[in-house]
Amino acid sequence: MMAAFIFVVSVVIFLQFFVFYCRSLIAVSSKQALSPEVQEVTGIQKAASGEDFNRVMQLLHLCPERPEDRKGIQAIGAYFRLLSFVGSTVARLIPSMKSWTELERGNCTYFAAIALERRISFSRDMLAQQIDA
Amino acid sequence: MSGPGLSQYLVWCLCTLFEIAVVMCALKKGAFRQYLLLNFYMLASVAVTVARFDVLTSYGFTSPQYVYVYYYSDALLTIFLYFALASLYARVLSELKAERYLRFATLLLLAGTALFSYAVVQQSTTKLLSKFVVELSQNLYFVGLVLTYILWGAILKMRETRTRVIQLVLSLGVYFSLFAADYALRNLYPSTRSVLVLVQQMIGCFLPLAWAYAFWFSPEEARLAPSRLAAVPR
Repeated sequence: MMAAFIFVVSVVIFLQFFVFYCRSLIAVSSKQALSPEVQEVTGIQKAASGEDFNRVMQLLHLCPERPEDRKGIQAIGAYFRLLSFVGSTVARLIPSMKSWTELERGNCTYFAAIALERRISFSRDMLAQQIDA
Repeated sequence: MSGPGLSQYLVWCLCTLFEIAVVMCALKKGAFRQYLLLNFYMLASVAVTVARFDVLTSYGFTSPQYVYVYYYSDALLTIFLYFALASLYARVLSELKAERYLRFATLLLLAGTALFSYAVVQQSTTKLLSKFVVELSQNLYFVGLVLTYILWGAILKMRETRTRVIQLVLSLGVYFSLFAADYALRNLYPSTRSVLVLVQQMIGCFLPLAWAYAFWFSPEEARLAPSRLAAVPR
């Protein structure tokens, strides 16, 4: 009985913390501007769309990984899937929820684009170091 | 079960590397002393991993020695994490000058949780010691989760805006909730323990990675309105 109670409460609070954590990651990245180069590659000019998320993620996976941002990207990927699920189920009944999920999905895409930007500059730095060596 | 497989060893190794990465990131960004207890927790976690590995290779995976070392070191690490959490409380509530009360409350809560777990197990089973450690871990993680939830409430109430503190607390909340749910599931369905071992190891990797991310990408001077994170459309 006690274990069942702890399980249910933990899962509910986990969902809350998970959403807040992902939004904190997104909020930090939303303050950074995309370089014209990454804007061109991703096709994101002003506002990012949730429809572009998978494409940006594919581009992201083409770059060498950085261990520091791996978990953040995985967390945002999971958050994006959660938003897509909410968008295709609950949000159909609540219009304000629909626009919110779309906005959040767009923010996830922007986060992925910022991560892409970081990975590109990381790869450039590595290449420059190798040339110097 | 004979012993950990290659994937388990790999996750174990990665997790330890991530824990070292937290300390390296904190040192590199000049945050080691500012978040001393958080970094000590990571170092303690690395030391526990070494001790567990030593017992594993000496006595074997299914030996009672390994089981006891595993669960008791887990409970000890959780207690260590309580102190790290208390340091975050002190940081958020620094304006109230309540450090001494916080320390006292943390110790009281720890003793209360241990006594409660002991009382529950004493009533329900004859396998006292082994049951006690699982019960204790479940309760310790759950109390940690409740404390983190209260801290999050304090962050919202006190309008704490330091991005790094917010991310450290939120990731701790995710970590505690996943572990509390995992231990509760083990208690509910003991047969799933073998399946949940790898899941638990992967959950264990979350906290060091999230903290390394916070130290590396969120400078101390970065600010964020926490009320924005909690805003959900109605």
